[in-house]
Amino acid sequence: MSFEIKSSGEAYDVIIVGSGAGGGMASKILSEAGLSVAVLEAGQDFDPAKEEDRTQLRPPWESPRRGSGTRVRPFGDFDQAIGGWDIEGEPYTKAPGTQFDWFRSRMVGGRTNHWGRISLRFGPNDFKRKSIDGLGDDWPIGYDDLKPYYDKVDKLIGVFGSKEGIYNEPDGFFLPPLKPRLHELYAMKGAKKANVPMIPSRLSMLTRPINNERGVCFFCNQCNRACQAYADFSSGSVLLKPAMEKGKVDLYTFAMVRAVTTDDSGKATGVSYINKVDMQEYKLRARAVVLGASACETARIMMNSKSKSHPNGVGNSSGMVGRYVHDSTGADRMGILPDLVDRERYNEDGVGGMHVYTPWWLDNKKLDFARGYHIEYWGGMAMPSYGTGFAMDTMRKYLKDEFGNPSPNGGYGEGLKKDIRRLYGTTLGMSGRGESIPQYSNYCEIDNKVVDKYGIPVLKFHYKWTDQEIKQAKHMQDTFEEILTEAGAILMGTKPGADTLYGLATPGRIIHEVGTTRMGKDPNTSVLNSNCQAHDCDNLFVVDAGPFVSQADKNPTWTIMALAWRTCDYIVEEFKKKNI
Amino acid sequence: MNRRENLKLLFTGTLASGLLLTNCDPKDKVEDYSPRIAGGTPGARTAEEIAYDQRLLSEVFFTDEERKKLNVLVDIIMPAGENGVSATDVDVPDFIEFMMKDYPPFQTPMRGGLMWLDNYSDDTYGKKFLALSESERMEVIDLIAWPDKAPAELAGAVNFFNILRNLTCTGYFTTEKGFQYMGYKGNTPNVWDGVPDEVLKKHGFEYPEKYKDLYLKPEERGTVAQWDEEGNLIG
Repeated sequence: MSFEIKSSGEAYDVIIVGSGAGGGMASKILSEAGLSVAVLEAGQDFDPAKEEDRTQLRPPWESPRRGSGTRVRPFGDFDQAIGGWDIEGEPYTKAPGTQFDWFRSRMVGGRTNHWGRISLRFGPNDFKRKSIDGLGDDWPIGYDDLKPYYDKVDKLIGVFGSKEGIYNEPDGFFLPPLKPRLHELYAMKGAKKANVPMIPSRLSMLTRPINNERGVCFFCNQCNRACQAYADFSSGSVLLKPAMEKGKVDLYTFAMVRAVTTDDSGKATGVSYINKVDMQEYKLRARAVVLGASACETARIMMNSKSKSHPNGVGNSSGMVGRYVHDSTGADRMGILPDLVDRERYNEDGVGGMHVYTPWWLDNKKLDFARGYHIEYWGGMAMPSYGTGFAMDTMRKYLKDEFGNPSPNGGYGEGLKKDIRRLYGTTLGMSGRGESIPQYSNYCEIDNKVVDKYGIPVLKFHYKWTDQEIKQAKHMQDTFEEILTEAGAILMGTKPGADTLYGLATPGRIIHEVGTTRMGKDPNTSVLNSNCQAHDCDNLFVVDAGPFVSQADKNPTWTIMALAWRTCDYIVEEFKKKNI
Repeated sequence: MNRRENLKLLFTGTLASGLLLTNCDPKDKVEDYSPRIAGGTPGARTAEEIAYDQRLLSEVFFTDEERKKLNVLVDIIMPAGENGVSATDVDVPDFIEFMMKDYPPFQTPMRGGLMWLDNYSDDTYGKKFLALSESERMEVIDLIAWPDKAPAELAGAVNFFNILRNLTCTGYFTTEKGFQYMGYKGNTPNVWDGVPDEVLKKHGFEYPEKYKDLYLKPEERGTVAQWDEEGNLIG
């Protein structure tokens, strides 16, 4: 089969692939510098302020499945991440005996539309892990290089929190934090007894306005549905759309980029993409290409960009593209707080996330694993949705009647109805999210045997956790039990043991995958230099989480944006110097 | 988009009415609770999602006979009771019908469980489940409704009833009437300013002194934030 390759005559200054955190930031910074920009997004347009796109404030009965997850929206029918772990016609493969689950979001704004908005800066130690514990590698830059950009991101996007003065949890420009909810106060009580700190969360929702363009949070607890008032951070609403209003930015939706095109000298000349609507291949030309397609998709594009000048794929002279992919660790536990049975009813929505959390608090020198984790807390009187009233065949026994006898599990009738009402809002859950050690042996590569429906060779993952992550998960489980018990909770289920790696989530499941195009000083062991510019292609840059040398025990988004801003400042300088 | 337009947008939400403004026209505050099942889920759907929902909605899983049994069973699980609203009153069987197609692993245990009711009734009473007297029906249900007491050989029927209980309860509580019975108060106009004082006191908590001045003050949430160079909020 042959197909027509169409070429657009006009060349842009910059092509940006992807409209998530990194691509959105790049579109803003580069267009504000006067550059003409094309943004290519593999999914559909999306704007939560448009009525046809809105799921915010919809009750469950507006969904025939009452909000339960689907293949396209595994986090629920109202969740605004269109894509999921298993996208029709876009497969990926795994090496036998290894595991990796890849979450993708095909829409303007990418995964920023539904994420938890946990907006943490990496601290000074997080850039220098090898110097501290001898594992992995140091970043070629340090906290001081990124600090000014974190400051700018705080002010541009908005994050609430509290100044704590913790060395490796740097403070920023915070909006007012929020009072904890009742189950969070119970968690704080348990944590205090267990000597575990809890501080106000750092989330990017506007508890106060930061400008006149975006609304302020009205506390609906549904940030995963994207905000019609733009009161939380989504890349589409906060970065890309303003850039399109003010600058020379063309947005191409349904544009699935296949490869970066290069000339004989090895320079990038633009991209080839498949238009998903007419299933034709097109070429766009530009003076520089910026990849922000997500760590793994960017690696895939680079490895699929083979030419005489780049026989292993553009940026891949070192063979490092795809290597060192790593995700956060994750494990969870839940309990029931008997003190909250028959609790008073009031509006407990708050923001769409926890109001307090635990940053990493221990010294790894005294532990049997190398890196830390933070703890997230959940529970409360959330909007009843699919799943409410489930599991009464195991949970009813946690209720006691007036004589102190436990209710029998299961059952039916008015008594069951009342018991579901009595149990509402009584759970307290904890999730650990930690740092893993990047491994050369954990990687993604091109699977030459499989193509997606656009004819593009797919990724094959090779990923195994090491003892470091497993021991960390064991520590999480011990901590969860201690805090839940001290909070007065009855632990639910059995404690995950060695047979389940202590409940350690499958790699990819925490959706913090980073490191596939890592930065470094040595072109033999890294893909990008300290400006996120490809060592072997001067006009190719990466602005997603691919450049991360290590992931820290923090969510990656704030660092993606600070790093993308810094990279874009460098790109603008290079344009000014006529190096591009 | 300015703040005013922004606020106006809020009024497009079915439950958003009056969330922030006090000076709005009451006529704007029309709350629309009507079920939207017929059209599938709204809000940024892909063409594939729309086609999928429409296909499921056009298919029928339960036979008329099964549907009759289902109607009886869901009202045993969630009867009208004190609040006067039974599972069939809030169309729980329609929801279960949809879920059978949306999640096919439900189909065989559900169909088999409904069949088991007839098989067992026939063996024991010489008639099908729907033909049993009410007390006979409840004898059958009591055999499978209490997982910790049920005979081991009925584990399959117990599993069926667990699935049915789950779907009936969740179908019940995810309706407007279910919200009312549960006492859910969220997604209504509010500014989060902490747990109500009397609740806080009852549970023996106070907000930490250290953060009292830092927490969001509702009266300041209209003011654009400004910071000094050290990151302290000054305006």
